[in-house]
Amino acid sequence: MATVAKAHSEDLPDHPHGWRRYLYSTNHKDIGTMYLVFALFGGLVGGVLSIGMRLELMHPGLQFFHDSHMFNVFTTAHGLIMIFFMVMPAMIGGFGNWMIPLMIGAPDMAFPRMNNISFWLLPASFTLLVISLFVEGEPGAPGVAAGWTIYAPLSTTGHPGPAVDFAILSLHLAGASSILGAINFITTIFNMRAPGMTMHKMPLFVWSQLVTVFLILLAMPVLAGAITMLLTDRNFGTTFFTPGGGGDPLLFQHLFWFFGHPEVYILIVPGFGMISQIVATFAKKPVFGYLGMAYAMVAIGGIGFVVWAHHMYTVGMSTAAQAYFVVATMVIAVPTGVKIFSWIATMWGGSLEFKTPLLWAIGFIFLFTVGGVTGVVLANAGVDRSLQDTYYVVAHFHYVLSLGAVFTIFAGWYYWFPKMSGYMYSETIGKLHFWLTFIGVNIVFFPQHFLGLAGMPRRVADYPDAFAGWNLVSSLGSYLSGLGALVFFFGVAQAFMRKEKAADNPWGAGATTLEWTLPSPPPFHQYNELPLIK
Amino acid sequence: MVAAACGVFVAAMVGAAYAAVPLYNWFCRTTGFGGTTQVATAAPSHVLDRKLKVRFDANVAGGLPWRFEPEQNSIEVKVGEVVTVGYRVVNESARETVGVASYNVSPSTAGAYFSKINCFCFTDQRLKAGEKRDMTVVFFVAPELVKDSEQDGLDTITLSYTMYPARQAETPQVDSGAAPAPGRS
Repeated sequence: MATVAKAHSEDLPDHPHGWRRYLYSTNHKDIGTMYLVFALFGGLVGGVLSIGMRLELMHPGLQFFHDSHMFNVFTTAHGLIMIFFMVMPAMIGGFGNWMIPLMIGAPDMAFPRMNNISFWLLPASFTLLVISLFVEGEPGAPGVAAGWTIYAPLSTTGHPGPAVDFAILSLHLAGASSILGAINFITTIFNMRAPGMTMHKMPLFVWSQLVTVFLILLAMPVLAGAITMLLTDRNFGTTFFTPGGGGDPLLFQHLFWFFGHPEVYILIVPGFGMISQIVATFAKKPVFGYLGMAYAMVAIGGIGFVVWAHHMYTVGMSTAAQAYFVVATMVIAVPTGVKIFSWIATMWGGSLEFKTPLLWAIGFIFLFTVGGVTGVVLANAGVDRSLQDTYYVVAHFHYVLSLGAVFTIFAGWYYWFPKMSGYMYSETIGKLHFWLTFIGVNIVFFPQHFLGLAGMPRRVADYPDAFAGWNLVSSLGSYLSGLGALVFFFGVAQAFMRKEKAADNPWGAGATTLEWTLPSPPPFHQYNELPLIK
Repeated sequence: MVAAACGVFVAAMVGAAYAAVPLYNWFCRTTGFGGTTQVATAAPSHVLDRKLKVRFDANVAGGLPWRFEPEQNSIEVKVGEVVTVGYRVVNESARETVGVASYNVSPSTAGAYFSKINCFCFTDQRLKAGEKRDMTVVFFVAPELVKDSEQDGLDTITLSYTMYPARQAETPQVDSGAAPAPGRS
């Protein structure tokens, strides 16, 4: 950006309007907005599926689903949609696209057209997944019921219909989208920082995105390879995972979890970054232990690649291998603890202002810690023998993802909504949304620990009467969370209707990152004159 | 430059995923991971007093019209002793079919110590309509087993075979006069 124009965008050529502005968009903010809208839509679909499951599980016996197949189609679609079409688009595509250039003082992303195709691959990918719900999977029944893990042989010989092929192609597109996005982000962060913005001065949110996109770059191609092997096993007679031809289904599990474990960090690490910004903003203090926070994320990402077999303790590994994976998994608790305690230390003695984003952030810290503790429990190979594939696991990963990752998304949403839209949201609605969701999701998932300890298996539509009580509680909680989601959408609509102008920096002295130096909403092109960071 | 490096990296990771297939195969054969049995050319030097029960399991995958069973369900062996056991396979259909056996042992950590000198599972089996064949496995449990503390509690090893239709069996066999592949008995 050599042009020096004091005024922000008046003397620049006009941008396209109407549908062209979005379909042909090369603007990181417009693309970020599209990602966020897409994620809201994905979250809505995934959320409806989850309430469908809770409706079925509210009472023993089969109420809404005639067989377990359709129930598992719901669980599979819920998982895939929430991961690939809600959390990832919101955190990485949405907030990442919006905020990385603003925070590092760059005019846009490094490859704006690649950014465009990264986004537009997602609707195509989503469409393929939706098609998979309506074509035959298991004989005579539509949809993929193999879980988001799509283990062979259930996903090969168990699903002779084309549904799994559609799901695989959908994952290919979603993977390509995120790999392209990752390349774009890395190039932007490495090459386009404003003068003076050294790596060790970057806001922690940018650090978190950098770690995340490196995880994508390492993990996603392995998934692509594994599901391509699955595809050729299914259609072209290869036998990568078919014992009859010398293959091994266990290899799929290894490949899948080599991707799958880093994937769960891909889902949560950007949230760490957002929480750091938000806690520092509302405590009006710089974040405690900046370098420790940044390198803790690097450590979490690094160790995340060498712990995958803790998802597979029961496949018959030697005690030595299990012991290694137990220890390596528990080591992750150390950098994670660094982050948790640094957030607390940031708040400690700060002048806390309990605005909606901070409520979500504190909610996240609390719930993520609960999920982290159950994770350490499950990391034990011996304990895992009893708890694997029970609702204890469901409760664990929903505490870290559904409550952890989603809380960070809402925290980020309320934090940056005034910047992105130019309008203030209603604090009352935001807080109502928080409390409904906080109470609701805890009622959903806390009892699932008890169900899991009592031995209730996951991915089954029916259960013995002994599990009825806590399942009823859990289902009622999901309706309350659903109500919270409605309040959220109402709040968004209300903010756009009442048009209360947001200040450039509505959060005061604590908000020190560059995006708050720009108007709200930022101009179509920002930083015509690059900011200088001292 | 950064983008090109990233692109090369992505391609390398896809390559690594595919490289994992032969590497995993090699890893299993070398370490006995996942219950992969070992191939030996010679009998072990000494026989120990420790006894193990070895159970034999035989399965036929769908699509192969065969009956397949071990002659004995289980035997007692001494560690280091070379044993020969028999399996019988019958083609119950009216056409020639080719099968190949996959195999492993359970518990899977015992795979590293279960050595086969000879096995019908090393080759394809071609059976004419109604043909019966007796096949043998020559194996021993390697004496190194007693040095592995993980195997201290081990008292039973299950050797499991599953017969699958061999891939090339899908092409029609016209020269039924040709001699069948010799059984390794």
